[in-house]
Amino acid sequence: MDQEITPPGIENVVSMRGISKRFPGVIANDQVDFDLRRGEVHALLGENGAGKSTLMNVLAGLYRAEGGTITVHGKVANFNSPKESIDAGIGMVHQHFMLVPSQSVTENILLGLEEPRFRMKLSEFDKKIETIAEQFGLHVDPEAKIWQLSVGEQQRVEILKMLYRGADVLIMDEPTAVLAPSEIEELFNTLRSMTDQGKSIVFISHKLHEVMEISDRVTVLQKGRVTSSGINTSDVTRADLAHLMVGREVVFRVQKNEVQAGDLVLSVENLKAMNDKGLQSLNGVSLNVRQGEIVGLAGVAGNGQNELAETLVGLREAIEGKITVNEKEVTNKPVKLGIRHGISLIPADRTQVGTAPNLSVTDNVIMKNYDQKPIGQGWMVNSSEAGKYASELKEAYDIIVPTIDTSVRLLSGGNLQKVILAREISSEPKLMIAVQPTRGLDVGAIEGVQKLLLSQRESGAAILLISEELEELLSLSDRIYVIYEGEIMGEIADGDIEKIGQMMTGTRLEQIGKEGVGSNG
Amino acid sequence: MAEINNTKSASSWKFPFRIKIENRVDNPPKWLSPTLSVGAIIIALLIGAIVIWMGGGNPWAAYSHIAKYSLGSVGVLSDTLVKAIPLMLVGLACSIAFRMKLWNIGAEGQFFLGAFGASLVVLLPILPEDAPKWLFIITMAFFGMLFGALWGFIPGLLKARYNVNEIISTLMMNYIAIEWNNYFIYAVWSERGFQMSRMFQRNAWLPRLSDLSTRWPFFSGLTTHFGLVFAVLAAIILWLILSKSKWGYEIRLIGDNPKAAEYAGISIKKNIVLVMMVSGALAGLAGMSEIGGVVHRLQGAISPGYGYTGIIIAWLAKLNPLAVILASILFGALILAGREVQPAGIPTLIQGMIMVTLIASDFFYRNRVTIIRRVED
Repeated sequence: MDQEITPPGIENVVSMRGISKRFPGVIANDQVDFDLRRGEVHALLGENGAGKSTLMNVLAGLYRAEGGTITVHGKVANFNSPKESIDAGIGMVHQHFMLVPSQSVTENILLGLEEPRFRMKLSEFDKKIETIAEQFGLHVDPEAKIWQLSVGEQQRVEILKMLYRGADVLIMDEPTAVLAPSEIEELFNTLRSMTDQGKSIVFISHKLHEVMEISDRVTVLQKGRVTSSGINTSDVTRADLAHLMVGREVVFRVQKNEVQAGDLVLSVENLKAMNDKGLQSLNGVSLNVRQGEIVGLAGVAGNGQNELAETLVGLREAIEGKITVNEKEVTNKPVKLGIRHGISLIPADRTQVGTAPNLSVTDNVIMKNYDQKPIGQGWMVNSSEAGKYASELKEAYDIIVPTIDTSVRLLSGGNLQKVILAREISSEPKLMIAVQPTRGLDVGAIEGVQKLLLSQRESGAAILLISEELEELLSLSDRIYVIYEGEIMGEIADGDIEKIGQMMTGTRLEQIGKEGVGSNG
Repeated sequence: MAEINNTKSASSWKFPFRIKIENRVDNPPKWLSPTLSVGAIIIALLIGAIVIWMGGGNPWAAYSHIAKYSLGSVGVLSDTLVKAIPLMLVGLACSIAFRMKLWNIGAEGQFFLGAFGASLVVLLPILPEDAPKWLFIITMAFFGMLFGALWGFIPGLLKARYNVNEIISTLMMNYIAIEWNNYFIYAVWSERGFQMSRMFQRNAWLPRLSDLSTRWPFFSGLTTHFGLVFAVLAAIILWLILSKSKWGYEIRLIGDNPKAAEYAGISIKKNIVLVMMVSGALAGLAGMSEIGGVVHRLQGAISPGYGYTGIIIAWLAKLNPLAVILASILFGALILAGREVQPAGIPTLIQGMIMVTLIASDFFYRNRVTIIRRVED
């Protein structure tokens, strides 16, 4: 690795040299160098499993490296615990928040600290926290309970927690993965205001456009090694970064062939349903999907998308309305009947819904056809047929796993999604409902998933693609519906982003036309 | 965070090696699980030995006595099997429920209700007194299982319908079951004021090996009864169901991730009720075989906590029905010969210790522990 020469007048707050960390069977970090300058946003880019989080966990004192040195503010520091790391001014905000839902923001921030000692004079601390929050533009009510907060606000609490502990280096582990687009913008503003005030930020991500937008410099990891160390973001293009990250050229616009849309497959009329809290979250949704068509459903998270997907497959009760698949009514019919009618769902939550973590790959791929011939025979599951089927899918979908008997909890996100896709696609569905099928996947895996969806479209399936990634919707869909507060705001066939954006915030398509707000309208 | 990893070291004292504990990121080898179970038993016995030694006894003598008077001759082995029969059935009852992460703590109560159901056949009576033996066996087994299943059905339905915690409901229903039996023993079927029913007539007894001694003198005096056939058959059938059948797959899937099972179109509520009923039926069969094969009457003290020991057995067998047979024989030996060492105390202590060491051994299943040379910091 080239030893980078720091230009004069720029101070390295953190410098990591030759960091190596191995896990059984894998070298997560192999002689990695990393520098962080004062007041910069330094992106750490790489595919899933490239070793980004591992490297930062070493810096945050969660892991101990087997080799290498860390220097913080010019002093050698090999941390033994997160506490030592925080004392040295390094704070990490993890992907999964570590907050107590029933306690207030202030209580969460003070948790584990020596002050206050016994008597909790919370109002005093509320003020302190408010001051810090204001300083960095992190708007959150210190007295609010965590459960009342949105995901974006909870993330702010995590950041505040670190700032309150005096962190001047902030490590953000994939901070945007859980955020809505508007929240991402707000987070970026916060990050900028923090660097303006002399804080330094490590931004872990595998999303290229975000890295391009927010970072000053980029370090790219590929399979535990640095492929590019601390280059200026302004000097590179997205394509360059993708190449450094994956090691090959990546097509951004997937090849989409012309397919003539065929018969009506899914027709939904005036569908209404409740969410888990018992509030109505679908307020009369009507839409349709034809054969050989990918129909996108755009919308900000939490506007009824999950409820719609669940109601369509029979997992959630419809209180009103009608769902018809291939001219058969399936409203409030058992899930199994839907599966037999060729309805397939790729759930948003891969680990909580899509798979059984401790069961083998085989057990997971036969989930929908274990009772169908040739795998289900009489009252038995034919294990050799099941094994054969699993091996075929492993080959066909390139699922990287030691054996088909391996528990799926040991699979990476991309491979887990392949298991789900393999299962859902191999059932040759007539209607496929895909909810956020590429969320959290790296560039290579996203490409694979999108290609699979397109090949399904070509083979004549009707696909309803529910996604929060506008870019993905635009490149894959033939037409796009926009959902807002459980209602369809309108349908767009020409990919007019302006209109979609307006509908996502609650303006109906007809209104856009009437008032002449739409730029192309 | 993708992986969690703890490394612990004593930083003040520089011992050249340190213990490294990490979460397993691969499937543990197949031999590990049985090895850990055996290891857990050995450690429990060692702890028991220390307690015996501290109490002034000779652990070696105690253990060799237990071994000799439980497995040392055909006669005692037969007695051990008699103790093991109800344990097997109850262990199986717990295994199927635990596979679905349904914590049926009520095998004890289902055992009592099974005994009650079987007694009905003789005492109500359902069959005439001189009905043939085979008919008595079948009918008593049927009623034993029916009443056990009923006692499992109630908490199953409560769980499926109203999400009532089955741990609490099954545990509480144990007390109801015991008092239910007591009512009949004290009030309805009391024989001359004693708290027990009359002795069943001989054609309502399960056949014993000693019954064959007229033809094969070798079997004379052996108490092992027909319940063993029930237990072994049940183990094989349950093994087939759990590892080979569609229903077994559904149970496994629900046990691991109920949401995924629902998404695959499997009815969780139906299976909760069904599994609780099968679990109850197996425990009920244990109760039937105990009064039909050993006690031959309905009375109070028919179970020294079989229903609870079944929980330990299920865990020791790692919920594998065939391993339940082996685990039950071990516990049968411990209960039989342990009583000779000390009526209470040490044998129950060892049982409890096995449970504790078993649960603790799970740590080695989930984590990889290695001793590595300390690298210079």
